[in-house]
Amino acid sequence: MFQVLCIFIPILAALFMPFFYKKVRSIHTGWFVLIVPLFLVTFYATFVPLISKGETEIAQLDWIPSLGISFVSYLDGLSLLFSLLISGIGALVVLYSIYYLDRTVEQLHNFYIYLLMFMSAMLGVVQSDNMITLYLFWELTSISSFLLIGYWFNRDKSRFGALKSTLITVGGGMMMLGGFVLLSIMGETFSIRELIEQAPQLATNDTFVIALILILLGAFTKSAQFPFYIWLPDAMEAPTPVSAYLHSATMVKAGIYLVARFTPIFALSEVWVWLVAGIGLLTLFWGSFFAVKQTDLKGILAFSTVSQLGLIMSLLGVSAIAYHVNGAQDTVFKYAAFAAIFHLINHATFKGSLFMIAGIVDHETGTRDIRKLGGLMGLMPISFTVALIGSFSMAGLPPFNGFLSKEMFLTAMLSVAQFDLFNFTTWGVLFPIIAWVASVFTFIYSFYFVFRTFTGKIKLEELPKKPHEAPMGMLISPVILASLVVAIFFIPNLIADTFVKPAVVAIQPFLYTNPEQVDIHVAAWHGGITPELLMTIGIIILGAILFMTLAKWQKVYEAFPAKLTLNNLYDFIVYEFSDKWMNRFSKLYMTGSIRGYLTYMFTGIAIIVIGTLFIKDGFKVSFIGASPIRLSQVLLILVLVIGTVTTVFAKSRITSIIALGAVGYTVSLFFVMFNAPDLALTQLVIETISVALFLLAFYHLPKFQKVEERTRFRFGRAFVSIAVGVMVTLVALSAHSQKYIESIAQYYKDTVYTLAGGGNIVNVILVDYRGFDTLFEITVLAIAGMAIYGMIKLRMSRKEKNYENK
Amino acid sequence: MKTNDVILQFTAKIVFFMIFFYAVHIFFAGHYTPGGGFVGGLVTASAIVLLIIAFDIKTVQSIIPINYIYLVAVGLIIAGATAAFSMIMGKPFFTHYFDYFNLPILGKTSLHTAALFDLGVYLVVVGVTMTIIQTIGEDE
Repeated sequence: MFQVLCIFIPILAALFMPFFYKKVRSIHTGWFVLIVPLFLVTFYATFVPLISKGETEIAQLDWIPSLGISFVSYLDGLSLLFSLLISGIGALVVLYSIYYLDRTVEQLHNFYIYLLMFMSAMLGVVQSDNMITLYLFWELTSISSFLLIGYWFNRDKSRFGALKSTLITVGGGMMMLGGFVLLSIMGETFSIRELIEQAPQLATNDTFVIALILILLGAFTKSAQFPFYIWLPDAMEAPTPVSAYLHSATMVKAGIYLVARFTPIFALSEVWVWLVAGIGLLTLFWGSFFAVKQTDLKGILAFSTVSQLGLIMSLLGVSAIAYHVNGAQDTVFKYAAFAAIFHLINHATFKGSLFMIAGIVDHETGTRDIRKLGGLMGLMPISFTVALIGSFSMAGLPPFNGFLSKEMFLTAMLSVAQFDLFNFTTWGVLFPIIAWVASVFTFIYSFYFVFRTFTGKIKLEELPKKPHEAPMGMLISPVILASLVVAIFFIPNLIADTFVKPAVVAIQPFLYTNPEQVDIHVAAWHGGITPELLMTIGIIILGAILFMTLAKWQKVYEAFPAKLTLNNLYDFIVYEFSDKWMNRFSKLYMTGSIRGYLTYMFTGIAIIVIGTLFIKDGFKVSFIGASPIRLSQVLLILVLVIGTVTTVFAKSRITSIIALGAVGYTVSLFFVMFNAPDLALTQLVIETISVALFLLAFYHLPKFQKVEERTRFRFGRAFVSIAVGVMVTLVALSAHSQKYIESIAQYYKDTVYTLAGGGNIVNVILVDYRGFDTLFEITVLAIAGMAIYGMIKLRMSRKEKNYENK
Repeated sequence: MKTNDVILQFTAKIVFFMIFFYAVHIFFAGHYTPGGGFVGGLVTASAIVLLIIAFDIKTVQSIIPINYIYLVAVGLIIAGATAAFSMIMGKPFFTHYFDYFNLPILGKTSLHTAALFDLGVYLVVVGVTMTIIQTIGEDE
């Protein structure tokens, strides 16, 4: 139980933050916040010995038991690793933000509430075993990310970035929900563990691939994969602690987590392998290629994050291949999942520190524009050292942890070329080539980032602030992360045994059942000249050459037409298409003319009814039970038709009104003829009153528009009118010809005197059998009377009218 | 200048009562022969309209000092109360009661709660019709 409650601790703590902010003004609110992630990281650390042995912990809190929805905290290798990352980096980011955000200027209570909300959401995502609560937390991360990106909400760009990221990630989230629902229908459970158990049966379902694609859409949008990565660079408008936390270490890895978590279910599918590996590789290349183009420090890091996420994603895709290979434990595919998780840890450490350094540079110089920066090495030695460690690790150089994961990545990619299913023999060759080229670009932007900022000539006059080293407090977190970067290089197997192997078991349960079976030993030196090592050397040589000559070929990027970018497509869809085009489209049919709307309605009704009659073969004419036609009826109908035609074609309105009156009186004559004296009486009186009211309305028509003009003939309107007339006639004829149920009139005839004590059936029905109708009809009358009274008596004076318009 | 409609006004005075009693007749006869509260109400209203045509709204208002909006409300209350009465007796909404009584002058007569409901209808119809005509007529 406590395990589940731990997910909610941050969001509960958030409730008290405004209190601390308002009442304890002398202490930075962040210090109070810091307790939460510190507690969580200690709490989750206690699970490490247990989980690293391959055991799992599960706790459940029922939410909607009748629908099978509950909050579940399921801790296995994968979710424990993520939980530790979230709470650990969370603690470092909070510490960093204490020095980054000014207590007197910033709205700290807002910031920390959003941040704590995010922390809860993220813990919920990685620990939920129930797909519905997983989705709940997933959207909560989107919402809190939206709030954090738009933290400086008076800036245009922040709002733009927040909207963009939300539209994309929530759109993907919706898709994912669809996938979850499909999966739960197939497996009849919301529990991911139970779904994994029945994975082979699920794969035979028709909707399996649809669910797969929908869930992947959710993961790809969240993890900024191609082509959905465009929100991440714009999310850099957030405060730097947010970028470091959400947009490098945790939230963007939610998609990675999702892919890893669902690998055991979907690994059997060829589509999964191709999409995850292919899109991941494409993203890796795309992100690293365009990172070199950026001039904003955080822009470079955003694209580099995109690229690194692509790397992890492609590794997860390759790890699914292991399912299709016999004796995979002896092949190289077993490396893929391991490499993915290992790189995930490494990326969180070095990217977090790099973001913090970018924030420090921004904080101390006042700009993040790399063209204005340079030569900060002497002024900011500690920041430079940290940046150097981070960048070299990102580039994959020894002695930093990035080197190890890059080696494993290359191993995995080389192995793909040997895989001979799903057309990988033809296309698999491309995998190591693209991976290698992307690694070269990774090398270039890593160097570009660190050396353009810290070496070269210092341009003091261009900097808004006089630069100096950051305060110690701000440096603590990046230094801790940077020392982890180095430490992991020297003790990789400790990390691997404790964290990576249990996570690999969670991703590849079809290979291993126990972390001890994962017989992978990480080593910096493989004891020989391996192809991976040669590739790394190639990367370093080519990368160094290209970095030296960067000024010459950086113009290549200008050759790309600005119009064909994905950002442009997004702008087009959101602002041009949704806003302008759709408005224009709406205006096409929402004309504001009532005549137009009536035309739609009548056309629609006529089409639906005539179509139904036609499709259902419902039309039938039968004269059984019809009465003989008498001469007087023929004459009356003639009068009726003449009256109607006159009403429609009369030139003067008064003729129309009189003709309408004639129609009404004829109808009352019909009532007389068909033995309905009550109706005849009422019809006579009502017709008289309504004709009088028509005349009244006619008399008060405004003078200047009073042009007596015949109704103009319009073919379209005539057609619609005829269609409606035909429809009603057809329905009436068919309804009359096919009577299936006896009339209930006989009952009334039999009981009108004995039960109701009356003689006039019509009146007895009105006041007794079905008096309810009458009660509300007189209410309708009363309302109509009140309305007319109100309309005429309660007119607003001009003064009041103006007031209302305001 | 107002024309002196002696004949119209004189006739109206007589005809008003004829129409009014006819209206009362068809109201009461409604349960057995054509008629009822609705038509009765309309005919009564037409009688009053005749007076309005012959004289004018203010005169008629002083002769028949009724606020027709109240009349509508009273009608609705009577109708609703009649329908709800049976609920007090533990029967469903809108159960009517009738029986035959020996009244002093009229002799053996049937009394029916439906007539009370019809009275509500009658009052509402008179009230609404007169409200509409009067408000439109008074409007400048």
